Amino acid sequence: MGKIFRFHSDVDTDQIIASQYILFPTIDEMKTYAFESLDPTFASRVQPGDFIVACENFGCGSSREQAPGVLKALGVKAVIAKSFARIFYRNAINIGLPVIVCKELYDQVADQDHMELLMQEGLIRANGQTFTCTKLPDQMQRILDQGGLIASLNKED
Amino acid sequence: MGHTIIEKIIGRNTGKDVKPGDIVTVNVDRVMIHDIFIPFVADKFEEMGFTELWDPDKVVLIYDHLVPASQVDDTRHFRTGNAFVKKYGLKNIHRSDGICHQLMTEAGYVKPGHIAFGTDSHTTTYGCVGAFSSGIGYTEMASVLGTGQMWIKVPETIKITVNGKLPEHVTSKDVILRLIGDLGADGATYQALEFTGTAIEAMSVASRMTIANMAIEAGAKCAVFTPDEKTADYCGITLTDAERSLKGDPDAGYVREICYEASDLVPVMACPSQVDNIRPVRELVGVSIDQVFIGSCTNGRLEDLQCAAAILKGKKVAPFVKLIVTPASRKIYREAMADGTLAALSEAGAIITHPGCGLCCGRAGGILTDGERVVATNNRNFLGRMGTSKVEIYLASPATAAACAAAGKIVEP
Repeated sequence: MGKIFRFHSDVDTDQIIASQYILFPTIDEMKTYAFESLDPTFASRVQPGDFIVACENFGCGSSREQAPGVLKALGVKAVIAKSFARIFYRNAINIGLPVIVCKELYDQVADQDHMELLMQEGLIRANGQTFTCTKLPDQMQRILDQGGLIASLNKED
Repeated sequence: MGHTIIEKIIGRNTGKDVKPGDIVTVNVDRVMIHDIFIPFVADKFEEMGFTELWDPDKVVLIYDHLVPASQVDDTRHFRTGNAFVKKYGLKNIHRSDGICHQLMTEAGYVKPGHIAFGTDSHTTTYGCVGAFSSGIGYTEMASVLGTGQMWIKVPETIKITVNGKLPEHVTSKDVILRLIGDLGADGATYQALEFTGTAIEAMSVASRMTIANMAIEAGAKCAVFTPDEKTADYCGITLTDAERSLKGDPDAGYVREICYEASDLVPVMACPSQVDNIRPVRELVGVSIDQVFIGSCTNGRLEDLQCAAAILKGKKVAPFVKLIVTPASRKIYREAMADGTLAALSEAGAIITHPGCGLCCGRAGGILTDGERVVATNNRNFLGRMGTSKVEIYLASPATAAACAAAGKIVEP
């Protein structure tokens, strides 16, 4: 079980990690500034195993891979949204951060509720309810299973 | 069944008869990496165990976001980039020639029918010459640098038709802003936008670039225009039959079709702080402003600067308002210098900066603070994009922006 941090629609990559931090040499140096403009306390409150739950179009905007990068570095177990912007979605899979489309969850949970993700089964349990998630395309699931694109490429060799 | 332009480009690249939803591996014609992400690309490239680039001729490195450096730490990106260039024999590098998305077509790297990827979301711009181009992350880029290939899902296509003649002072920026407002910020996610119609045919390549550049603001994977004689002139090529045939077939399968009559369109703005928050300028008249920015890969081209200069002719920038003009490339800067455009803008009171990303990425050259309001011709008005998160950014065409600079408040051009 992990805690839910709930966000609205159209959260852009500047809001996830602002431009002034993406030049820091490492993701670890950036991660404490995640969601700074929306919730400056986020980075200190989130715990490994917690979840981001968002409405539509999560991660729109720039191609910065630091956006999924800081969430993974903070220990976010998965992002579950009604829909994702495509570059964020692809970047997340490539670095091994599960991004899961679930149309119903957002409307049935509140910030700081608890949830459980059963990735293999494609199910989420929260507040006594069970929700079904959309499956990833096989190509993406393979990359994610292997821990991201680097691990996946090295495996092919 | 016929094909859309994007299906034709991907089909030719892969030698397959593709349809939307197919997952295929494409051979990449060009890639672009800019200064912000080169250190990360370099790290990942070596972490993947690659020892050489798949084809150094096809890789372009462009310093634009950080040029010239405004923070000491920025220089690390140039050092890392230069070391990467030397180590892997990269030949195409631009250290101060302008914005990446301007240079990729201006310097002839991307041609009709190409498939190109860049480490920036506005890589969609190259669709202006009939290419398929899209933004990717730095890990993905590292993989392309080593393999020359990338897997993609063939996108569905939305067909946008604009027929007729645009009214005076209504530009391609107003067309794309209106479309983003109608589609919504996620209205074209994972999809391609294909533009056609007499108003599109009448547009310069520069105007088409503005539209392709902002396709990502509706979530689109790419935007594409049929190559024509203007494209051929711009690219310095003679179109082949294959390039000419990059048009949507009458029986192609579109997921959606949207039509506009050009004469119905009006000057519009994207209001704070979402690009799809579109309103006619006439509803915003009188709102006070502190700064105007004319530039960026969206609207920093010669025709944009000429349009602003014409509107400001015989006028002065209003007191207490700063007008910042940033040409998109050195070539544009020199052309605007030669034809008197920069002199006219300067005479009106504009601050003219070096070519580059400048204020658009909020790192230098006119940062604003809480409560300030800016009218800008770039592509994003997100919170914190040009300074603090309490700066209000209104996106507009160069015509509207110039008129606002003279008036010191929002007015119609």
